[in-house]
Amino acid sequence: MITVKEVKRSLLVSLWFVFLTFPLMVIKVNPYERTVSWRWRNMVYVAIGTFVITLLAKAWFARKEKRMARQQDSCHLRLPIIQRILQKPGYRNSLAVFLLGAALAFPHLFSTYQANIMTTALMYIVLGLGLNIVVGVAGLLDLGYVAFYAVGAYSYALLNLHFDLGFWTVLPIGGLLAALFGVLLGFPVLRLRGDYLAIVTLGFGEIIRLILENWNAFSKGPSGISNIPRPGFFGLEMSLDQAMIYMYYLMIGLLLVTIFVVNRLQDSRLGRAWLALREDEIACQAMGIDKTRTKLIAFSLGAFWAGLIGVIFAAKTTFVNPASFTFMESAIILSIVVLGGMGSIVGVILGALILVLLPEYLRALSEYRMLAFGAILVAMMIFKPEGLIANVRRSYCYHGKKSNTALKNDE
Amino acid sequence: MMNKSILEVSGLTMDFGGIRALDRLDLDVGPKEIVALIGPNGAGKTTFFNCLTGIYLPSAGDIRLVSPQTGKQSRLNGLKPNKITKKGVARTFQNIRLFSQMTVLENVMIGRHCRTSSLILGAILRTRRTRKEEQETIDKSYDILEKVGLSEQANEFASNLSYGAQRRLEIARALATEPFLLLLDEPAAGMNPQETADLVTLILQIRDEGHAILLIEHDMKLVMSLSDRIFVMDYGKKIAQGAPAEIRVNRAVIKAYLGEDEGPDNA
Ligand SMILES: Nc1ncnc2c1ncn2[C@@H]1O[C@H](COP(=O)(O)OP(=O)(O)O)[C@@H](O)[C@H]1O
Ligand SMILES: [Mg+2]
Repeated sequence: MITVKEVKRSLLVSLWFVFLTFPLMVIKVNPYERTVSWRWRNMVYVAIGTFVITLLAKAWFARKEKRMARQQDSCHLRLPIIQRILQKPGYRNSLAVFLLGAALAFPHLFSTYQANIMTTALMYIVLGLGLNIVVGVAGLLDLGYVAFYAVGAYSYALLNLHFDLGFWTVLPIGGLLAALFGVLLGFPVLRLRGDYLAIVTLGFGEIIRLILENWNAFSKGPSGISNIPRPGFFGLEMSLDQAMIYMYYLMIGLLLVTIFVVNRLQDSRLGRAWLALREDEIACQAMGIDKTRTKLIAFSLGAFWAGLIGVIFAAKTTFVNPASFTFMESAIILSIVVLGGMGSIVGVILGALILVLLPEYLRALSEYRMLAFGAILVAMMIFKPEGLIANVRRSYCYHGKKSNTALKNDE
Repeated sequence: MMNKSILEVSGLTMDFGGIRALDRLDLDVGPKEIVALIGPNGAGKTTFFNCLTGIYLPSAGDIRLVSPQTGKQSRLNGLKPNKITKKGVARTFQNIRLFSQMTVLENVMIGRHCRTSSLILGAILRTRRTRKEEQETIDKSYDILEKVGLSEQANEFASNLSYGAQRRLEIARALATEPFLLLLDEPAAGMNPQETADLVTLILQIRDEGHAILLIEHDMKLVMSLSDRIFVMDYGKKIAQGAPAEIRVNRAVIKAYLGEDEGPDNA
C-alpha cells in the first residue's frame, strides 16, 4: 500500500504547490486601500488538498500497474465497462435506442433554455466528429479548424444578405465552400508534418479572422452581420421557443447523419488508409497509398462539417461577427477530440458533452469556473492519456466464416 | 544469366551532402530470380532500396523496370513511392514499420489499397461494388496471412506479434500489393534458427509463385543457399557480383568482410 517514501514525495509535491500558488491564493493586494491581506487559511487548504490528491493518484497508479501486470499473465485484455458494452451489438443497440429516445424527449422534459444549451453541445459534437477525421483518424494536427467554421457562418450571412438565399440552400453551399477552402489550404500545407502543420493551420485560422475583422466592405468588420434569418420549416411562422426547439431537432438529425457517415468512412478503405497515415507515412507510401490525396480528402471532409455547423451557428444566433471565431474555439474543439480519445466516435460525443456542458453547470463556481475546467482537463490527461475511449479495432469475417473477435471477452 | 531483366539499374548514385552513399551502382534482376545484395553495415544497401522505391531521389543514374506481364518499360527515377508500388515493386523495412495500432489483418488490407478503388461515396453509400471489393480485400488478405502462417493472429494488434512474426507480416503486407519484384531488407534479422528456416521456405514459395526477389541479408548461410546471384557492395560501390560459388571465393569480398562481426564465417 502506501509507503513512507510515497508520503514523503507527496509532502514535497504539496510544498511545491503551496509555493507555486502562494502569490495567487495567499497574497491579496487591495490597491484602493493600499493594504495587503494574507490569507493563510488558503495556504493550508492548498497544502492539504494537494497532499491528499497526490496520495490518491499514487494509489490509483499502483493499482493500475498491478492490473496491467495481471493482464499480461492472463493474456487477454479486460476492457473498460463502456467498451465492453459497445462491443456487444445487443447492448449497444438498446443503449443507442435509449439515448435516442432521451434525446428526442429532452426539450419536452426540460426548459427551452436547457434545450438551447444542448443544441450548442450537439453542434460541438458534430464539430468534434468533423475534426476527429482530421486529427483523430488521419493524425493531421489542425489548429485552425475554426476558420472553416467561419467560412460556413459567413457564407450564410453574406449569401443571405446579398442574394437573399435561404438556410436550406446555403447549408450545402456553406459546407462545400468550406471544403473548397480546405482543399486550397491543404494543397500547399499538407506536405508539412506535425508541429509545422499545426503552426501553419494556426496562422490560417488567424488570417481568416483578421480578414473578417478588417475588410469592412466585405464582412462589415467587427460589428458583424445581424438579422440572419432562422431556418425555415415550409414557410411556417414560429415563435422563438418553437424555433429553438426546431433547431434542437435539426441538430439531432444532423448529428445522426454525421455519426452514420463518419462511422462508414472510418470503416472503409479510406478510413484504414487514414489510420495508417497517422502511424507511418513512409510505410503507407511504400504500400501504395497516395499520401497527398488521402490527406487532402480527410482535410476537406473535416472542413465540410465545420462549414455545415458554421451555417447552423449563423442561423441559430442570427448574428455573426469575427469574435466568435477565435483560436479559443479551435482549441475547445481539439480538446473534445483529444479528451474523447483520438478516432473514437463515442469518445468525441462524451468529450463534447463534458467540455460544453461542464462549464455551463460549473457556473456555480463563478470565478473559479475556468480553473476547475483546466484542472479537470489536466487530471484527464494524467489518468487517461489515451482519452475516454481508447482505440479498438473491429474484427472481420473472411470467406463467409465468422472470426474470433480481436479483444475477446469471456462468456 | 538472364537475357531479359525486369529491373535494370545503371550508374545509380546517391549523395547526402558530402557523403556519397551510392557510387555508380549497376544491378539487374531477372524474372523469378532471387538476387541477394550483401555488404558490411553502412555499405549503402538500404539506401539503394530507398532509391528504388522512390523514398530518396537519386542524384544520378537510371532505374528501369520492365513489367513481365505487359513487357512495358518504365523509368522509376523521380516517381513517388506509391506510383512505384503500383507498378509492381514492393518492399519490407529493415527497422520494422508496421501499423502497430491496427490489426494484423488490417495491416495486410492496407497493402490492397493500391489495387482497389472505392472512395468517399462508395464508403458512405456502401454500394454493391464497394461491398464486393471490401470482401475481396478481406479474403485476399486472409489468404496471404495463411500463406505466411499468421492467420491465427489475424485480429491481434500488430504490435503484439513476436519479432519474427512481425517480419513475416511485413512480407505479407508487401505481397498484398501484388508485386512482381519484392524487395526484402534483412528479413531474417533477429530471427531464431527455426524462424529462419521457415523464412527460407516462404521465400522459395513466393519465388515459385512468380515473384522476383531482391534481398538484403547478413545471414550468409541463408544468402548462399537461396540466391541465384549475389551482388556485393562496400562504401557505396559494387565490388563483386556472381553466383554464390564465385562470391564465396572472391578476394575483394573476403577483404571487405575481414574484421566484420557478421563475416561469412559459415560461408
Ligand atoms: N537520410 C540520410 N542522410 C544522410 N546520410 C544517410 C542517409 N541515409 C543513409 N545515409 C548514409 O548512407 C550510408 C549507407 O547507409 P545504409 O544504406 O543504411 O547502409 P546499410 O543498409 O548498407 O547498412 C551510411 O553512411 C549512412 O550514414
Ligand atoms: Mg540497412
